[in-house]
This record gives sequence, C-alpha cells and structure tokens, in this order.
Amino acid sequence: MKEILSGNEAIARGAFEAGVKVASAYPGTPSTEILENIIQYKDIDASWAPNEKVALEVGIGASFGGGRALVTMKHVGVNVAADPLFTLSYTGVNGGLVLVSADDPEMHSSQNEQDNRNYAKFAKVPMLESADSQECKDFTKLAFAISEQFDTPVMLRTTTRTSHGKSIVTLEEPVAGLPVPKLTRNAAKFVMLPSNARVRHPFIEERTLKLQQYANTLTINRMELRDRSIGVITSGIPYQYVREVLPEASVLKLGMVYPLPDKLIREFAGKVEKLYIVEELDPFIEEQVKAMGVEVIGKEIIPICGELTPGILRKAFKLPEPARSRVDILPGRPPNMCPGCPHRGIFYTLNQLKAYVMGDIGCYTLGFLPPLSAMDTCVCMGAGIGNAIGITKVLSTEEQKKVVAVIGDSTFLHSGITGLLDMVYNNVPATVIILDNRITAMTGRQENPASGFTLVGDETFKVDLPQLVRSLGVKNVRIVDPLNIDETKQVLQEEMERPEPSVVITRRPCVLIKREGVYENGAGVKVDIELCAGCKACLKLGCPAIIWQADGKKGKAFIDPQLCTGCNVCEQVCKLNAIEAKK
Amino acid sequence: MSSTIINVLMVGVGGQGTLLASEILSEALKQAGFDVKKSEIHGMSQRGGSVVSHVRFGKEVQSPIIPEGEADILLGFELLESYRYLPLLKKGGKVVVNDLKINPSIVSTGREPYPAGLVDKIRESFPDCVVLDGVELANSAGSPKAANTVLIGALSKQLDIDEKFWLAAIEKMAPSKALEINKKAFYLGRNGA
Ligand code: SF4
Ligand code: SF4
Repeated sequence: MKEILSGNEAIARGAFEAGVKVASAYPGTPSTEILENIIQYKDIDASWAPNEKVALEVGIGASFGGGRALVTMKHVGVNVAADPLFTLSYTGVNGGLVLVSADDPEMHSSQNEQDNRNYAKFAKVPMLESADSQECKDFTKLAFAISEQFDTPVMLRTTTRTSHGKSIVTLEEPVAGLPVPKLTRNAAKFVMLPSNARVRHPFIEERTLKLQQYANTLTINRMELRDRSIGVITSGIPYQYVREVLPEASVLKLGMVYPLPDKLIREFAGKVEKLYIVEELDPFIEEQVKAMGVEVIGKEIIPICGELTPGILRKAFKLPEPARSRVDILPGRPPNMCPGCPHRGIFYTLNQLKAYVMGDIGCYTLGFLPPLSAMDTCVCMGAGIGNAIGITKVLSTEEQKKVVAVIGDSTFLHSGITGLLDMVYNNVPATVIILDNRITAMTGRQENPASGFTLVGDETFKVDLPQLVRSLGVKNVRIVDPLNIDETKQVLQEEMERPEPSVVITRRPCVLIKREGVYENGAGVKVDIELCAGCKACLKLGCPAIIWQADGKKGKAFIDPQLCTGCNVCEQVCKLNAIEAKK
Repeated sequence: MSSTIINVLMVGVGGQGTLLASEILSEALKQAGFDVKKSEIHGMSQRGGSVVSHVRFGKEVQSPIIPEGEADILLGFELLESYRYLPLLKKGGKVVVNDLKINPSIVSTGREPYPAGLVDKIRESFPDCVVLDGVELANSAGSPKAANTVLIGALSKQLDIDEKFWLAAIEKMAPSKALEINKKAFYLGRNGA
C-alpha cells in the first residue's frame, strides 16, 4: 500500500514496522509530529517527557531492558540530551535505540542553525540521514538493525524539509520475532564508573572502525555514475537539489553520514574529473574528505549559512537562471499571538512598566515584536531565569528592579526549575513570571505535566505550580489573571519592587485549547464609533482583531467580530470607554 | 528535465486552509498515479503568518521545493501573498487568485497601508490571471470555511486530472461533516474559473 506521508509520519511508521516498544520525546519543531503520529500504533508506549534529557534516559532504560526505543527531538534538544548521549555511546545498547535529531537549517522556527552531524562525530555514534519520506521510514528500520548489530545508539538526522515535506511511501508489515524484554544484569556494560568506562573506550574506537568498514558496503551509500566530468558527494535533502539542478552529474549519495565510507569515497573520486561536495550548513563531509587527502570543492562555492535551494545550486554551478518577474517592496507578515492570547496582557503591562524582560522559548517569544516590544533577551529553553539572576548580580539596586524573567509552564518544567532553585538558594531578588497557559502552545498545543493529560490523552496528575514553586523555597508567590490589566500591573509592580526572590504565576489557558472553555466571555466586544477618539491606545496591544480604519488624517478603531474572542483586554486599555461588550 | 514536472505553488495566510488544500491536491495526484512531493513553510504555529506550500508532480520528482522561477501555477488565497510570490512563477505561468485582503499586523495597526491595485499589478505580468471571490462562492456553497475547496475547484480547471480523483481526494481529506458543502464548493470553483 502507498500513502503520502511527511517525513515525521514516515519515521513513526518506520518505528512501528521496526517493532519499537517505547517512544519518548519533548515536542520541538520540526520533530513534534513523530510522537503525535506514533500514538496510532497501540503497541508502542509513547509519552512526552519534561525535557530531552529525560526522554533519552527513558529510551536508554527501555533499551537496557531489551526493548527497541525511539527518542525524538529538535536539533537544540540534543544539547539538552547530550549528557546521557555521550555515555550511552560507551554503554551501547541492549534493544536497539534510535535518536532522531530534526535539524532546522534556515531557522524556520529555531534560535540557531547548528549542524547536528557534528554530534555524531563528537559522541562517536553512527548517523544516517534521509532525503525523503520513503527513506525516513526505511532508514528508521535500518537504524535499529545497525544499533543492535554494532551495540551502539544510532542517530537519524532529518531537516525541516524532510520532516515536514511529504512524498509517497510504500507501507510494510512490522518485523516479527524480536526478543521479549527482560531484566539483564550487566554491570560492566551498564555501570559507567571509571574502571568500566576505560574498558569501553577502546571498544568505541574499534566500533567506529568497524562501522566505517560497514559503511563502505552499505547500499544506502550509493554511487550513481553518469557523466564523469562532474562528481558530487552529497546526502539528505541536498541530494534532491543536486539531481534537480545537475541531472547528468555523477553522484555519491551518502545515506550514512558518519562514519564516512572512506574506500567508496576514494573510489568515486577516482572515477570523476572534478569532485564537489554539496552539503547544507557545516563542511562536515568536506573536512573529512579533505583530511583523507582527496581534492574537492565545497564551501568555496556552496554557502555555509542557511538552507540550500535548487536556485542556490544553480548559482554556485554558474548555470543559467530563468527570467523572473519583479515585485515592489511589500509589508511583511510576521506571525502574531492569537486574538485573545493570555500572554498579550502581560507583555503589554511589561512594556508599560518598561521592564527589562529576560525571555524564553515559546509563543510568548513573539512578545518581542512591535507593538508589544517587551522582550530583551532570549537564549534557549529555561535560560531566562538564569539570565535574570546573572544580570541582577551586576546591576545597581535601582536597575535590578526592572529585571523580570518570563517563562511558560512547559518551559519551566523543561528546564526552569533548576534556575529558580538557584535564584532562591543564592537569594537573588529577581522576579520570575510563569506564564501558565496549561499547554505547550508554540509547537502546536502538546500536553505536558502541568496540563493534566498525557500524550495519548489520558488524564493524569497535574503539577501544582504554586506548590512546586513554594517547595523550592520561594516565599512570595502571587497568582494573577493576565486578562485583568490593573491587577496584573499592580502585582507586577509590587513584586518587582520587592528586594527578595518572587514568582508571579499568570493563569489563563491558551485560546486554542478547546476543553478549557475560553470563549466563556461570549459575544466579544465592539467599538462605539461615537466615543472613539482615534487615540490608537488599543492598537498598542497588537491584537489581530483590532483593525485601524484610516479616514483622512484621523481614523477609528474597529474590532473584527470574526476574530474577537471577547478577552476584554482592549476594553480595559481604552480610556474613553469606547470599547464595550456586545450584548 | 523539469519540463516533465508540473509545479504548483499555493500561498496564503495562516488559518486559511492553504495546507489542507495542498494535501487535497497531493492526494488527487497520488491517486492519478503521479509521483508527488510537497513541502511547506508556515512560520511558527501561530495564526496570521504567511504560508507557502510547494506541490510538484510528474513521473519522478526529485526536489520537494520548486526551483525559483519554475512554478507553473500559482494558487493564491490572499492578494498580497499572491503578489509577493510572483517571482517564483515562470514567465507565462498561470495565476489563480482569491480576491481577498487580509491585513498584516503592520497594516491593521495603521503603520503602513495595504498596497493598492494588486490585481492590476498581477495582470501586468500575467494578463490571463483568473480572479475569483472564494469567500462569496464558499458562502453560497454553505460555509465561508470552504473557500479553500473553491480554490481547489478553480485549480482543477488548470490541471489535466480526471474529476474522480479530485472528488476522491476531497472525500478522504475534508472533514466528513462538511463533505457535501466541500463538494459543492469544489464545483462552484471549477465552473466559476
Ligand atoms: S497558541 Fe495559545 S499561547 Fe500561542 S499565541 Fe495562540 S493563544 Fe497565545
Ligand atoms: S483606545 Fe479607545 S478611543 Fe483610542 S482608538 Fe482604541 S477604541 Fe478608539
């Protein structure tokens, strides 16, 4: 049977066909849909973990017990999981373990564009890279086989283009006859204290050599000989662009990008006149091939930053470009927080208070955009709190009062708890705002330990955030409704003034969670055009439902009834009471 | 090589159903026996950003993204976005646009005007551009939400694929409650274009 699947759906299917027992992940674009799709296969125990490190540790446990385990994350998630990953490379596996790293060249929704092929080399684990959905499925299955054959975790790298792109996939039946998981004691392998680990290191080095031999024979590393004047070594999605732009060129298509098939590369180099390497981001293959003493052209002509496109290759190889029409410069269309988003009121207030906001990763990162313009830093998941501690340490007492950290519920549980612990432990007088919208909204509304539901939708224990925060030692814990602007402002002012650590929890569900009944305000609001003076105060909210209707030099606000959710924040912002609830 | 591949670019604004429309197209193409590849960019997961979906089909498709200047058809769900992506279209390509303006935030907050005369500007380079009022037609089919199916109907006139594959794709992809409305919307678009 053939289906059109995204790369992520195909990986989920591949895991099913490979007989995976346990799957764990923290949501992150572009990897999120793998776990969301895996839940249709009832034999797989799939769950969201609070962060990527825990997800990998869950996978490791399942593997040590003899079950196959899939762990998925976005590229920056591997940074969080790196600690267990490097030692897992030493212990090796029992049941196969595959770690999917979904990289994001071009940073379509990420804060950096690191090339995670480097992790494979650094952690000394093999890495496969797929170029379309069929390969996503096939390589997932192959990765499990390699994992068990070579006693190693295997990384599977995708990029946004393969994760979210769709193409035709042939479905197969799941494999049969996998061993039944059971307890196996093997301390020499699973307990990595120095004396055991020292024994494992030579094993790892030998394993890499064996894998390199194997790579030379592996059919997913294939030579496609055509015109010999140009030869290209490539892998992943750039392979497709090479085929598109240089259909006559000979290609060495690498399905395994670490370790590299040295013999095959030399053989290919010997068959073509001029050798190129086409790869996205880092010169990962290039540096290794150059170190082998083989002459190649790579980053001399292929850009190192951003995603490749067929057009970029066309330019690099000096091929003619088609005539194109030109258009005028146009207003951009950045994403915006939804109408009625509970974060809007808090960022509006922070802007009014001229707070210095140390931000974090989530929908609320959009609070940085005008007109809210209320975010000053954003580094990585959980960093806001640590950043606020650090900056507080170097500022004058007056300036300290401006500093707040904002963090979402899911992000707080991911990696904010330890930051807050540091703040209390070292008695740093910063203010942390936990934006509790009861979901992981940014990646598409995934459940988390604060939402009260699991990945498969079962009800579960819901973290009590105020209690958790108090137990970390925070004495000043305030809860506010971010849709109430006056209350929010007053509480924030008080807590920012306070010369002690404090936490403000804003409690309002994301408007996109259906079960929470956020539309309870009903009919929405409208502008009374008689009363509206056109002062534009309401426009500072940046709500998509509030539309400016210019009228000569003046103008009036209008509220689009299709978009308004009735959050009533604008009603509180209008000093002339021109905005009122509809009856 | 690319002469054997047909490239359809769909552009719109988050929340308009652009992605569902591209799924319906891909499904119809698969059922008609083509190799299909599809790729899209949709800002973060919020509403209101610009959405672009590339669908390519033929005997065998390599790249999932349409090389710049090689799109055969642009199906635009919103005027500004349609105009923005014209440079991806090849000379002599086909344009089908929904006559609808959705203000980007910079416009709705009064900082910049919505560019004027976009339909005329599109016609300057693509004189036989098809313009239709998708929302109006969808309303007469029974729901403004079916505007994306109206546009699929208009697109179906431009592609040589049997009607039955379009219908089968709509049946598979559209929400079952709204199936009749979507079929009606499809025909309104197909006959209106
Ligand atoms: S998805 Fe939820 S949290 Fe994100 S912008 Fe929309 S309402 Fe706000
Ligand atoms: S804040 Fe009130 S008076 Fe000012 S533009 Fe908005 S609706 Fe009109």
